[in-house]
Amino acid sequence: MSTALRESEVRDSSATADALARARRGPRRRRRLVVGVLLLLVVALVLVRALLGDYRVSFVDAVRIIGGEQVPGASFVLLESTLPRALMAVLAGAAFGAAGAAFQTMLRNPLASPDVLGITLGASAGAVLVVVAFGVRGTPVTLAALAGSVLAAVLILSQAGGRGGATGRMVLVGVALAAGLSALVHWLLVRASIYQAQDALVWLSGSLNTVTWTDILRLLAVDAVLLPLLLVATGRLPVLGLGDDLAAALGVRVARLRVGVTVLVVGLVAAATAVVGPVAFVGFLSGPIARRLVPGRPSVGVAALVGAVVVVAADYAAAYAVPGTALPVGLVTGLLGAPVLLWMLRSRPTSQEGR
Amino acid sequence: MTVTETAPRVPQHPAEAPAGSRLAARDLRLAYDDRVVVDGVTLVVPTGRTTAVVGPNGCGKSTLLRGLGRLLRPRGGQVLLDGDEIGSLPTREVARRLGLLPQQPIVPEGVSVLELVERGRHPHHGLFRTWGRDDEVAVADALERTDLVHLAGVPVDSLSGGQRQRVWLAMVLAQRTPVLLLDEPTSFLDIAHQLDVLDLVRRLCDDDGTTVVMVLHDLAMAARYADHLVAMRDGRVVAEGTPHEVVTPEVVEAVFGVSARVIEDPETGTPVVLPRRRVL
Repeated sequence: MSTALRESEVRDSSATADALARARRGPRRRRRLVVGVLLLLVVALVLVRALLGDYRVSFVDAVRIIGGEQVPGASFVLLESTLPRALMAVLAGAAFGAAGAAFQTMLRNPLASPDVLGITLGASAGAVLVVVAFGVRGTPVTLAALAGSVLAAVLILSQAGGRGGATGRMVLVGVALAAGLSALVHWLLVRASIYQAQDALVWLSGSLNTVTWTDILRLLAVDAVLLPLLLVATGRLPVLGLGDDLAAALGVRVARLRVGVTVLVVGLVAAATAVVGPVAFVGFLSGPIARRLVPGRPSVGVAALVGAVVVVAADYAAAYAVPGTALPVGLVTGLLGAPVLLWMLRSRPTSQEGR
Repeated sequence: MTVTETAPRVPQHPAEAPAGSRLAARDLRLAYDDRVVVDGVTLVVPTGRTTAVVGPNGCGKSTLLRGLGRLLRPRGGQVLLDGDEIGSLPTREVARRLGLLPQQPIVPEGVSVLELVERGRHPHHGLFRTWGRDDEVAVADALERTDLVHLAGVPVDSLSGGQRQRVWLAMVLAQRTPVLLLDEPTSFLDIAHQLDVLDLVRRLCDDDGTTVVMVLHDLAMAARYADHLVAMRDGRVVAEGTPHEVVTPEVVEAVFGVSARVIEDPETGTPVVLPRRRVL
């Protein structure tokens, strides 16, 4: 470095440092605010979901029940129904939200969430296959879901090599795959007996109607391991967002990063789908909503919180929106998805008016 | 030639990569699938100088740049960075020594100038190393040199083409590499912004001793700003040398297939190409 440069550094350093600090302050504050509000919202919605059902449980009773006491009626409702549903909604929503945002950012395409690309449907197809063909439940279903989404992901990743346009090819193959898998799931359900079909319905749109504590612990374990890893891995995604060439020039091993992120995304999506089914649109919507809340940098963490909020709120709506009918949560997220998407399209910031 | 303390390890073929040359290619062959685009290029990039690669569209100049920046694996031959085969070095290590700005990088939606320039520090960070004093100095310096401090908080997608190009240059400046490869840094810019960018490149070379290789399609600009010209056609180097050696009617004819006169810019003394009227 030349001496001229050092002098200029000394001369302007304080003014520049001030300008940079100012430029950082706004986004940083906004990010803290968004994360804080979303965390509060998750807690509030879980409380609402757990306590304010058809059978209302008072907060005092809830504390006593969780402390180990038996409250007739309330204990059963809280521990066997509303609380597990609320917790599962948070875990699955966070998994879908984070996985969706990670994939969209990695492939630089807002369409490229695991639910659009057939990874979620791969899990569905695997699960339906073993449910319909062998009539099994529990762990084998989870494993089949995992196998299904791994197969789907391998197919998509096989397009990642070669020259240029890799992300475009991956998205196209994924969309085609999703269409085929959706047909497969429907075909399997048509062939199934009526009881199996009822059982398998969860695999079409996603539902929290049959959540058990074992499911919760299983997904909690997966989330607890994979979410932090995904957050670390996606720390590299901002650089990948500049294009494959520039990312490689900045020292990112692009192919390896893609495989790593895909593995984590597949794990999260398969684990969540195996329990609650492919809750529609959550992976697809969380990323764009997170990006609008915190513009400029891909935020997988914020997307996880958004996903949790969406699923808990949608499950509450699904359970009580139509009196006497408990809708599957996936129906509500699907219904919400379309208008939210249109709203995002309309209010998308165009490249700063007047320039 | 004396071996100085900064000289790299003695390469296997000293004649083709002399001590002190940071970047060199030997018999480099680059291809996309079955199509060979660069066919046997041997090149010693002058250290601490500005080299411009010129040639007609599709002659392989951008591909050569990608090969030199290890974005393409050679089908044959080698690229040597400080005497080491570039493919054998860890990618992060290469990124600390060699920066590359592709022709049209992607501007992520909503990203601010400061955030984008900060990404240039990526190669200097491990998995857990946090933002440090040297990162801050490098980013501040890059923004000052490109006159972008006042725009630090502004979204890049709201800037004009000329300002954007300065942001990308600031990003590679923040990377602080002794070797810098630029692919058509002036394309889509008007004349004033072209001069801005090239003046900045010139200062990098003159003030800091950065070794610059850039692909340019404007011969006059290349002749005016580069110390060393490499003229390519059909994947091969046709002529190499100083602007006066390379920008001649014969070379212009051979490289571009255009009949032209070459005159001297009365102010800078560099050659200027004037194509002759074509008879159709």
